Amino acid sequence: MKAPYLRAFTLFYLLFLYSPILLLPIFAFNDGKVVAFPLQGFTGKWFGEMFADQNLRIAAKNSLIIALSVATLSTVLGIFAARASVRYRFPGKAPLMGLIMLPLVLPEMIVAMALLVVLLSMGVPLSLFTVIVGQVLICTPFAVAILTSAFQSLDRSLEEAAMDLGETTWSTFRLIVLPLVMPGIMASFLICFTISFDEFIISNFLGSGQPILSVYIFGQFRFPAKVPSMLALGTVLVCFSIILLGFAEYMRRRGIAKAGGKDSGGFL
Amino acid sequence: MAAAPNSEARAGLKLISPTAIYVILLLAVPLATVLIYSVLTGGRGNVSLPITGENYAQLWSKSVYGYILFKSLMVALIVTFITVILAYPVAYFVSFHVKPERKSLWLFLITIPFWTSYIIRVSLWFVILGYGGIVDSALASLGLPPLNIASYSILSIIIVLAHAYAPFAVLPIFVSLEKVDRSLLEAGQDLGESRWVTFLRVTLPLSMPGVIAAALIVFIPTVGDYVTPELVGDGKEPMIANLIETQLLKLQNFPQGSAFAVVSMLMVGIVSVAFVLWNRRFIGGQK
Repeated sequence: MKAPYLRAFTLFYLLFLYSPILLLPIFAFNDGKVVAFPLQGFTGKWFGEMFADQNLRIAAKNSLIIALSVATLSTVLGIFAARASVRYRFPGKAPLMGLIMLPLVLPEMIVAMALLVVLLSMGVPLSLFTVIVGQVLICTPFAVAILTSAFQSLDRSLEEAAMDLGETTWSTFRLIVLPLVMPGIMASFLICFTISFDEFIISNFLGSGQPILSVYIFGQFRFPAKVPSMLALGTVLVCFSIILLGFAEYMRRRGIAKAGGKDSGGFL
Repeated sequence: MAAAPNSEARAGLKLISPTAIYVILLLAVPLATVLIYSVLTGGRGNVSLPITGENYAQLWSKSVYGYILFKSLMVALIVTFITVILAYPVAYFVSFHVKPERKSLWLFLITIPFWTSYIIRVSLWFVILGYGGIVDSALASLGLPPLNIASYSILSIIIVLAHAYAPFAVLPIFVSLEKVDRSLLEAGQDLGESRWVTFLRVTLPLSMPGVIAAALIVFIPTVGDYVTPELVGDGKEPMIANLIETQLLKLQNFPQGSAFAVVSMLMVGIVSVAFVLWNRRFIGGQK
């Protein structure tokens, strides 16, 4: 079946989706203070300016700390929830799972503001820690979604065989289940890391002005002179996340292949 | 080796308890707090007792609040409509015209932009649409007058949001199209329907659940978007998230801010239920 119009439309759509990302490197290497056509010639100075920026380094370090903590915590919490929901039936399962997944269907601003109101009322000082606490709420549903499909594709008779051969529940989990869902765990970790690294609203409101990468970028775009070096940063970040995602997708597919399942497409 | 139901329930609850406790303490309790605060009387940075409906009444008495709520709703609905309309042909193309083994590559290509820094993508639009920005300078080098799209705040907010959430819409539509039984289409055409009529009467209704899921997935984050109105609209056209921020943080009026948060949750809830009910019509017809 040929569909020239549909194909053309789809390619056009992809171009629309990618256009800002394609413009990033063009203007990141453009030798002009103003981000506009015509191009002024090639330069690497914006990358130099970016690497020399001390505040940017602090922000990047903070973001890394946050993203690593959030990815670890969310994935661990995700393992508990996904394993429990796939393996066991228990009272209150539907409402509990509903609550865990709720941030997927709530505007992020509501989650952030609700948490903020409570923290402020209790007099908890805002810090990187409160950002981590908030972001875990946002990331856990993604971890649960990915891990649920990993646990679901697991053959339960393997566990039963291990138990029959005298392993305990925990050693079965460690020796049989964990290795088989490892790719899912890696994928969940990478996805949560990416979401956290990119997250703005919670970083902005629960971080009390701490330099965090997304917040820093948001602030810098207000100063036209800073924009080119932000575009350089954007170019670096885009490459970084494409590599991470490619890796996550690879892990996910390997996991499905390992468990003998059939690929059903994307992350969500 | 079926465990007794009781011990299974206990094992399940024990296993889920860390996650459950986390979300109850840090999500359910805060949401409940917001709900309670929204009917309390507020001072600067504190709340006190007399229970009041005043915070909600403000929504009706101050027309600017009502306007912002209405505007957020309209912007989100328009963005949702545009996004879904544009995503449908793409999902259709990938589902019906791409070889099965290449489908996941196409989906991956479509989802990548979504995973790349949201803040950079939105900020870039600021540079693209802005005065003397990329669009205008490109037009100027072609000898055309500038459009200065960014001066039309709401229009630029719509463009940016429609772009930011576009990939969200393709996936659910694709999934529902994949489920459409291809033999039904052949049957339709064998019975003398044209392709277009077959599409309208078979494919489209069968894929409606995906369309509605897509609409929800786009609508929810759009209605609560904070960054785009702040940056692209230059803060001149605040949406509901910006309003909540102003009340809660800048004015420290917890009850008023909470009331807005509750209203926006209600708005999301009502629209979601409406979408789901609409969806049920199609599932009902499907049997």
